[in-house]
Amino acid sequence: MDSQTVAARQEGEIAHHEGAHPHYLRHHFETVEQQKEAVSFGMWLFLLTEIMFFGGLFMAYLLYRNWYYDAFVSASNTLGIGLGTTNTAVLIISSFTMAMGVYCAEMRNKRGLMLSLSATILLGLVFLGIKTIEYHDKYTEHHIPGANFSIDDFVHPADKRDVALAPDVAQHAQIFFFLYFAMTGMHALHMIIGISILFGLLYKASKDAYTTGHTSIIDNFGLYWHFVDIVWIFLFPLLYLISRHPLH
Amino acid sequence: MSTIVRLPNQQDATLPKRSYLNSEYGLKSWLLTGDHKRIAILYLISITFFFFLGGAFAGLIRLELLTPLPDLVSSDTYNKLFTMHGIIMVFLFLVPSVPATIGNFVLPIMVGARDLAFPKINLLSWYLYIVAGIFTVSALVLGGVDTGWTFTTPLSTHYLNTHVITAAMGVFIAGFSSIFTGLNFIVTTHRMRAPGMTWFRLPLFVWSHYAASVLMVLGTPVLAITLVLVALERAFGIGVFDPTKGGDPLLFQHLFWFYSHPAVYIMILPGFGVISEVISTFSRKRVFGYTAVAFSSIAIAVFGFFVWAHHMFIMGVSNYSALVFSLLTMLVAVPSAIKIFNWSATLYKGSITFETPMLYAFGFMGLFTIGGLTGVFLGSLGMDIHLTETYFIVAHFHFVMVGGMLMSYLAGVHFWWPKMTGRMYPEGLSKLAAVVTFIGFILTFFPQFILGYLGMPRRYHAYPPEFQVLNVLSTAGASVLGIGYLLPMIYMTWSLKYGAIAGSNPWQATGLEWQIQSPPPTENFLETPIVDYEAYDYEWLANKTQHEVTTVG
Amino acid sequence: MSHPTLEDAHAEPHIVGPKVYGLILLALLCLTALTTGIAFVNLGVFSPIVAIGIAVIKMTLVILFFMHVKYSSRLVMLTVGAGFFTFIVLITMTLSDYMSRAWGLW
Repeated sequence: MDSQTVAARQEGEIAHHEGAHPHYLRHHFETVEQQKEAVSFGMWLFLLTEIMFFGGLFMAYLLYRNWYYDAFVSASNTLGIGLGTTNTAVLIISSFTMAMGVYCAEMRNKRGLMLSLSATILLGLVFLGIKTIEYHDKYTEHHIPGANFSIDDFVHPADKRDVALAPDVAQHAQIFFFLYFAMTGMHALHMIIGISILFGLLYKASKDAYTTGHTSIIDNFGLYWHFVDIVWIFLFPLLYLISRHPLH
Repeated sequence: MSTIVRLPNQQDATLPKRSYLNSEYGLKSWLLTGDHKRIAILYLISITFFFFLGGAFAGLIRLELLTPLPDLVSSDTYNKLFTMHGIIMVFLFLVPSVPATIGNFVLPIMVGARDLAFPKINLLSWYLYIVAGIFTVSALVLGGVDTGWTFTTPLSTHYLNTHVITAAMGVFIAGFSSIFTGLNFIVTTHRMRAPGMTWFRLPLFVWSHYAASVLMVLGTPVLAITLVLVALERAFGIGVFDPTKGGDPLLFQHLFWFYSHPAVYIMILPGFGVISEVISTFSRKRVFGYTAVAFSSIAIAVFGFFVWAHHMFIMGVSNYSALVFSLLTMLVAVPSAIKIFNWSATLYKGSITFETPMLYAFGFMGLFTIGGLTGVFLGSLGMDIHLTETYFIVAHFHFVMVGGMLMSYLAGVHFWWPKMTGRMYPEGLSKLAAVVTFIGFILTFFPQFILGYLGMPRRYHAYPPEFQVLNVLSTAGASVLGIGYLLPMIYMTWSLKYGAIAGSNPWQATGLEWQIQSPPPTENFLETPIVDYEAYDYEWLANKTQHEVTTVG
Repeated sequence: MSHPTLEDAHAEPHIVGPKVYGLILLALLCLTALTTGIAFVNLGVFSPIVAIGIAVIKMTLVILFFMHVKYSSRLVMLTVGAGFFTFIVLITMTLSDYMSRAWGLW
């Protein structure tokens, strides 16, 4: 028998007898370490599924951008680059605050953790607020694909520097906007779910749930939040920065 | 005929006093359980229900095809029949069959763990499966869906007014059930093996499930997003698959088959795992070329991602891309063939006995080989042009899925039945059922190869009269096959009360699950096992049983 | 024990501090400004390559530092790699069809 395994078993037994069997250690796990690693690995696998889930949308985007480049350029230029850049910064800062939250949990700093979680929630809400403004703009400008859509802005662009598209080409701008709404909408859905969970985490954190050594849940939620940030890191240049005119 | 079955003395044998079946009582203890074994039983019951539902549709299809004229049902109804048959059989039966019933039950025990890594997520998987089933049955009851199980656009998005979205959502949810099962298996295999249980001491069943789980986790989400896009297209007409608005219907097929080809490996790999266990046990010999079989499972999983467009050869993909996918398809056949060779080599000079699981395994070897070879024919670009969308395809996938996968599922259920229930099923009747199934299967599906070769299209409910003889043979076979599948239902249920007491290791098999009582206790092991022997080590087993006093109860 | 396995390479209980996080934050914000600014420069066919390139760098920073992968076991790194690999397969092999359609029949 492996001497290390014997030692580990004995250690485990001693720990058990001493009552060092934390309440958060599930019965099917041998040690806290094993549980921590299993849960973390499980979260990474879940993120893999998310990569592939968004992957389908990215594939559709890639194809249609290739086919309808001109329409995509014109459509992309109607998105507010200021709002988009701001949102990107907001999300990146929220990733920072989330990472700080993990740090505070590891340092058993309850107040720091709660501040970090609150900041993350706030920034997430700011992001969604800006998104709402953007969606509303698209509505008023008649850029929502479907019945509401109008090709006017593309066939007769307001800004003289913009390229005017032929009507049939302009129709393809609908595909861009469909992808815009599908991809940012799916992303926003993930943000909403994340923020909802954050509220729960904040409440639990106030009850000292994560600052007594069991930081697993904060760690793993952090992974999820960072992933959502990474999706936006790609969405931003793909949707907003296709080809901007100088000083547009 | 000799047998290796060794049962305890039936005069004084009883079931163990305490097992996972009687540790808690009441409906809630089952519906809110975290015990992987109870969840496996829940799945067993639900999957059997959906199998017979899908089978009923198959019966109706074959009934219609008795005559060349479309005289039993209308065209639309016929389309609904084969669609529902496909959706139910693929997503609600084949994908979860071995992993969710047998895998859930034995995988944690095989690695030496007390449960899967995430018991609650395991339960969630089952509930998602049930919800998916409800959605699918709703689509059925509300009037059916007739897109074919492949939901091909633009038919599904623009030209039908049936319950496509309901069915698509059912499949979407079933996908997540599958993803969570796979996730659980991967984490369990990596992180919860008992001390001494190295990767290469694991039973090959675990390797197969690991490979299938990787496919589930990586492939299924693409199906999910594709179905979301179909639903959005139907609901809002956005144009992503609509040629009139600039969309490409083929994009749907690329995304759909990106999952659905690995899906066939998700379906068959767990079956491969069962066959490894059964062939080894009933030849009393370790699986030949363990490493090759283990790595070929991984190879199938990896290569399985590279070949999906062989379902699209005639759909409008470029010839160059079709050529590449055709060549890669040849490559993916190799690991499967390696397994068949290794199982054959395992049989060679083994002490073979013909218990029921072994009969099913033999059936598998023959039928899967035929199915697999015809798959190679279909993978050749030139042949596929003529054979695609004919009954040749139908025969091919039924040979691999029914002759292969379903046979291995039945082999597995029979093999682990004593472990799950503590009882033996009646051997004579089970052997009869296996033989009846085999004969029925050949009669049903072999004529379909000929029909396909002669040019009968699939998904048609009328055909030229010269094809009738073969169709009648096929339908006759289907009736025999139906009997073959009903028999196990009957005698397995009978065995629950009247079957012989099995004891912990009726097959004298190796593997941790056979070292504990039947049925197992809730926590699987009374103390954590330490593994210091290789997989399929029959000498170790012989040594152990010599020095062992077995009492049951 | 013979040779180290994936699981042996456990994550060291390495706590990443605010200084590192702060530096990464700064880098990410600068890269964001860069990617926005460079969108106004006409780089021709390199525009999308630069944009995606910057996005990949940002993603790498988030993965390595915010998500602690730099300090994680090889299993986690393998998992991340597997995800990317499958995504790349989806994109490249689908594109192989679309791009070769323009090449004509043979």
